[in-house]
Amino acid sequence: MSTMTLENREKLEAQSLQARRKKRWNNFLHMVGNHSLLIALSAIFIMPLYLVIVLSLMSKGQAETRSLWPHPFVWSNYVTVFTAVPFLKWTLNTLFVALMGTIGTVVSSVPPAYVLSRLQWKGRQTTFIILLSTMMLPGQVTMIPVYIIFSRLHWIPSFLPLIVPSFFSSAFSVFLLRQFFTSIPDEISDAARIDGCSEFKLMMKIIVPLAKPAIMAIALFAFLGSWNDFFGPLLYIVENEDLWTLGIGLNAFQGIHHVDKNMMMTASALFMAPVIIIFFFSQKVFIEGVTLTGVKG
Amino acid sequence: MSQARVIATSPFKKKGEVAPPRKKLKVPRLFIFLCMSPWLFGIVFFTAYPMVSSFYQSFTKFNLIESPQWIGLDNFHRMFFEDDDFWQALKNTIWISVISIPLRIAFAMFTAWVLTKPKRGRNIYRTIFFLPSMVPAVAATMAFTYIFNPAYGPINRMLEAIGIKEPPFWFLDPKWSKWGLILLGLWGIGDTMIIFLAGLLDVPTSLYEAASLEGASAWQSFRYITLPLMTPVIFFSTVTGVIGSFQYFTQAYVASGQVNDYSHSMYFYATHIYYSAFRAYEMGYASALAWVLLVITLLCTLVILKTQKRWVHYPNGSLFK
Repeated sequence: MSTMTLENREKLEAQSLQARRKKRWNNFLHMVGNHSLLIALSAIFIMPLYLVIVLSLMSKGQAETRSLWPHPFVWSNYVTVFTAVPFLKWTLNTLFVALMGTIGTVVSSVPPAYVLSRLQWKGRQTTFIILLSTMMLPGQVTMIPVYIIFSRLHWIPSFLPLIVPSFFSSAFSVFLLRQFFTSIPDEISDAARIDGCSEFKLMMKIIVPLAKPAIMAIALFAFLGSWNDFFGPLLYIVENEDLWTLGIGLNAFQGIHHVDKNMMMTASALFMAPVIIIFFFSQKVFIEGVTLTGVKG
Repeated sequence: MSQARVIATSPFKKKGEVAPPRKKLKVPRLFIFLCMSPWLFGIVFFTAYPMVSSFYQSFTKFNLIESPQWIGLDNFHRMFFEDDDFWQALKNTIWISVISIPLRIAFAMFTAWVLTKPKRGRNIYRTIFFLPSMVPAVAATMAFTYIFNPAYGPINRMLEAIGIKEPPFWFLDPKWSKWGLILLGLWGIGDTMIIFLAGLLDVPTSLYEAASLEGASAWQSFRYITLPLMTPVIFFSTVTGVIGSFQYFTQAYVASGQVNDYSHSMYFYATHIYYSAFRAYEMGYASALAWVLLVITLLCTLVILKTQKRWVHYPNGSLFK
C-alpha cells in the first residue's frame, strides 16, 4: 500500500515537472511570437521614414531608378536644398508662426480652464458644454466669414490670421487642461484661500506649477499643430512667397522646375526632423496628453 | 471666527450644539469674467458671428467684392440638381469614411492589443508605432506619393519581389488612389492607437483570470470581455472619425497636386468647399456647402448616439455624467 503511494507520488512529481517545463516552453514560444509580430509591425511603421531618408541621400539619377541604397551617398543634398529653394526662410517663417501660436494658446487657455474646473459658479456647466460642442464644430462652417473679417482688416496675406486667433483660447487645450486641473485636490486651494491668497495668485503660483505636465502637453500640441498646419497657410499666406511656410513651400516644390525628386525627399526629411526630435524628448508628455483627452471624456 | 471653528470641530462639543455653517466662499465674479474673456471674445468673433453670417450667406450670391445678393434656395438647388462635382465629392467622402473608419478602428485595436502583450520593450514598440502620426501631413503625403510611384517607387518593387506580377499604380490610378490615402491614414494610426492602448490597459486583469479559470478561449475572452469594455473607445473614435472624414483635406489636396488627379478620384467634400470658396470665389455657394456638411455630420453623430444604448457599455455610467 505504502509503495503504491510512493510510486504515485513519484509519478505525480514527474508529471508536474513536465507540466512546468511545458509551460515554460509555451511562455517562450508566446514571447517569440509576440516579439516577431511586434518587430514586423515596427518594420512597416519605420519603412516609409527609412525610404525618405535613403532617397534623400541619393543622386538625382539614382533616385529615379529602383535602388534601395544610396550609391554614392550624396550628403551635399542637405546643403543644396538650402540654395535650390528658400528653405531657410520657410523654416524661420514656420517656426515664428508656431512659436507665437503656442504662446497664444497657452496664455489664453490656462485662465478659462482654471475657472471652469477650480471655481463654482452659475452657468459653469453650460459654458463647458458650449466649449465641448465648439470642439465638434466643423471648421468649414466658420471659415468663410472669418476669412472675410481678416480680408476686411487687410491682414491677408500676413501671419496675423494664423497667430491672432490662437490668443482667443483653443477649445481643445481648455478641455485638456480642465481635465487635468479637476484632478488636483480641492484642499490645496482651500488651504491657500484660508491663508488669504488671492485667486489670481493661487492660479499662477500653485495650480499652474502643479499642472506643468498638462501645460507642456498643450504647448506641444499647439506647436506641432501649427508646424504641421497646411490649410491655414494655404488660405492666408499663399499669395506672398516671402511668407511661405514649410508646408506651402514643399507642396509648391513640384512646380519649381529646377528642383529634383531626390531633393524633395531631402526637404521632407528636414521638415519631419524637428517633429521627430521633439517627440523623442517628450513622448511621455504626448502620450499622457492624448490619453487624457481620449478616455476621460 | 477661528475660535468658532475650533469649537465646532472639537470632539468634546456639547450635545445639541450645531456646527456653524462653513464660511461660504465669495465668488470672485470679476476674476471669472476676466479669465473667461479670451474664450468669450473668441466664441463671439470666431464662432457665433461667423456661423450666423455663413448661414445668411448660404442664401446669397456673394463674390467677396460686391455685397451679398439674396437668391433664396438657389444655392441648394444648384448643389443637389446641377453640380456634378458636389455628388462626386460626396460619393468619394462617403466611400472613404465607410472603408477607412472601421479599418482604422480595427487596426488601432490590433496594434494596441499587440502592444499589451510583451513584458519587456513595450515602450520602444509604442514609440515606433506612434511616431508616424507626428509627421507633418504634407511631408508624409509627398513621401507616400513618391515611394508608391509605379515607375521608380520602392513599394512596387517590393511587391514584385514577393511575386505580385502587376502591382497597382496607386495614386496614378483612380481605382487605387483612395487606397493609397487609406494606407497613408493607417500609417498614422498612432494617436488613435494610444487611446485604445489606454483602454485595453484599463481592463481589470482579474476578469481575464476568471475567464481562463472558466476555460474560456482567447477569442472568447476577447469577444466577451475586451470588446464590450472597449465599446466607449470605439464609439468615441467612430464619432471623431465621421467628423474628421468630412474635413479630410490636406492629404488629398497634396496627393492630387502631385499626380494630377484629372478624374477627381481624390476630390472630397472639404476639397469642394475649398475650390468653391477660394478658387471660384463663390462665397455664398461655399457657405451653403458648409452648412450641408454641418447638417450631414450632425445627423451622422445623432444616429451613432441613438444606437449607442444598444452597443456601448459604460462601466461607470454615462460618458456625459
